Amino acid sequence: MRIYALSVYLFLYIPIGVIALFSFNAGRNASQLQGLSTKWYGVALSNPFVMDALMTSLTVALTAAFLATVFGTMAAVALQGISGPVRKMFDLLIYVAVMIPGIVIGIATLIGLITVFDQLNPLIAAVWPDGATPPKLNMGMGSLIAAHTMFLMALVIIIVRARLAGMDRSLTEASSDLYATPFGTFRQVTLPLIFPAVLAGFLLSFTFSFDDFIIAFFVAGSETTLPIYVFSSIRRGVTPEINAIGTMVLAVSLVLLVAAQILLRRGARSAR
Amino acid sequence: MINEEIDASTLADSQKPIAEFRNVSKRFGSVLAASGLNLKITKGEFLSFLGPSGCGKTTALRMLAGFEAASEGDVLLDGEVVNGLDAHHRPVNMVFQHYALFPHMTVAQNIGYGLKQRRPRLPKSLITEKVGKALDVVRLGGYENRRIWEMSGGQQQRVALARAIINEPKLLLLDEPMAALDRKLRKEMQIELQNLQRQLGITFVLVTHDQEEALSMSDRICVMKDGKIVQVGSPQELYDRPSNRYVAGFVGTSNFFDGKVTRIAGTRASVLLENGVEVEGSSVSQVSVAQSVCISVRPEQIKLHRKGEGANVKVLNRIFLGEHTEYLVKHETLGEFFVLSPRQSELNDGPFNTGDVLFASWEASAALVLDSN
Repeated sequence: MRIYALSVYLFLYIPIGVIALFSFNAGRNASQLQGLSTKWYGVALSNPFVMDALMTSLTVALTAAFLATVFGTMAAVALQGISGPVRKMFDLLIYVAVMIPGIVIGIATLIGLITVFDQLNPLIAAVWPDGATPPKLNMGMGSLIAAHTMFLMALVIIIVRARLAGMDRSLTEASSDLYATPFGTFRQVTLPLIFPAVLAGFLLSFTFSFDDFIIAFFVAGSETTLPIYVFSSIRRGVTPEINAIGTMVLAVSLVLLVAAQILLRRGARSAR
Repeated sequence: MINEEIDASTLADSQKPIAEFRNVSKRFGSVLAASGLNLKITKGEFLSFLGPSGCGKTTALRMLAGFEAASEGDVLLDGEVVNGLDAHHRPVNMVFQHYALFPHMTVAQNIGYGLKQRRPRLPKSLITEKVGKALDVVRLGGYENRRIWEMSGGQQQRVALARAIINEPKLLLLDEPMAALDRKLRKEMQIELQNLQRQLGITFVLVTHDQEEALSMSDRICVMKDGKIVQVGSPQELYDRPSNRYVAGFVGTSNFFDGKVTRIAGTRASVLLENGVEVEGSSVSQVSVAQSVCISVRPEQIKLHRKGEGANVKVLNRIFLGEHTEYLVKHETLGEFFVLSPRQSELNDGPFNTGDVLFASWEASAALVLDSN
């Protein structure tokens, strides 16, 4: 049994370990280790295409994570105030949203947005003043951020809801009893108490968006995110440069995930 | 004592109530949590809602606070209907059962919270000054910068109290505030609360299931059962003239003997007990001939003696309580009942031991004829 479990873990993690190891390869052959060096990190970071893709990924991840955190927290707080079948329905839909495979979200978002754009573009062109070129709605940064925000929002809602559920309801009652308006209560009592969960939700959202390939692949339009860049350059063969990029993404993701976990644990403790 | 009560009641009539329930009902789905509540709360009094859990007392309190809206009827504060008014607009403050202190704030921040919400804003120096005074009132001077979790249960309760009274509310609502304290601390806090109430002149409304707490602290007690008010009165009134068996059993302890009314003469009524003996009692509430009633006799109003008149009883159990001794005695046909004898009666008559056969008697005025419900 132990050997079986061990081999499962080896199977999972050896390829990742190999990528990290080969990113330090001194030679340019991706399957043969020829001494250790960090030169491929330099190569990757000075490649303008990589830097472009990284900037796109960072912009999308930061914006989507921020929007998802704001909307998700708002939704979680609002859901706390309702009960009965409506709440059950929302709960179910949120869990389903997290479970839906990325490819389905990708296709659905793509088809949905294209349909909407096809309807809207002629309308915009029609009402636009003559002479000026009307703006054309298209797939790109906007659709990337929108698609990511949608599925990350469900994640934030679940994280923040868990924290809210552990919070003593009489705290918000005490606040309103002491003359605080509903917004005042949110700002002075609810938000400070759920803040660790909100921050953890942001970090997880950032990681998920930054790492996402499937949804981005469908809705990115002409934009190239880092995972899309890695995918397209792999078709030209795996180089240590790709390994270096992969290892950097892995490191950033791991750091953020660990930070989120620590926040959630610490939050759960101080809520008692 | 009686004069004082009359003075209090005429005073109450002349004063406008600070809060009032007018035919108030509250439904949660299909559950009727409170129904047909009618009550006037007088300015400056200490009123307790007393009843077992689920009797509607907390619902009544939460309707005063503004956390629940009445389904029917009107809730009035200071003469104004406040049915739809949110909690944060109501000039009342609450001490919560588990205090609900904000864990991320210091003691001073907790206490100053209500003042900080005022618009236009109060100057910081004024808030600091008032917080200091409030801490002195609850004898926690110098604890401003402590964290909540550094305070003991009793201290936390004082912080909760200070956080409420600093706002000089028209009503101070207390939701079972002693429930989380140990017995000794509870006694201390009860005395402290009473002193505080007299000192500040704020109207206190307490919710409790602890009859001792209600009896020792309140000016008036409102006994509730199944969402309804059963009786409202001073602790003595409730104890001496309970309106039915429920109140007699809930406020203090009593012995009950079931029977039917045979004759009524003024405030006296004759009751034929189930064992065929007819006894006389005083009827404090409306009863009619042939009505099923019970005779209630407080344990301390039954006298035990070795010789003389009375019913023949056998001592089943004796519990020495210091100044009193509690006996469980058994009468052949009336069954078992409790007797509380003062130390003196044992000293005169010698100790009554288990198995002794004695005579038990009570004055006709001590036997109350009560509605069985």
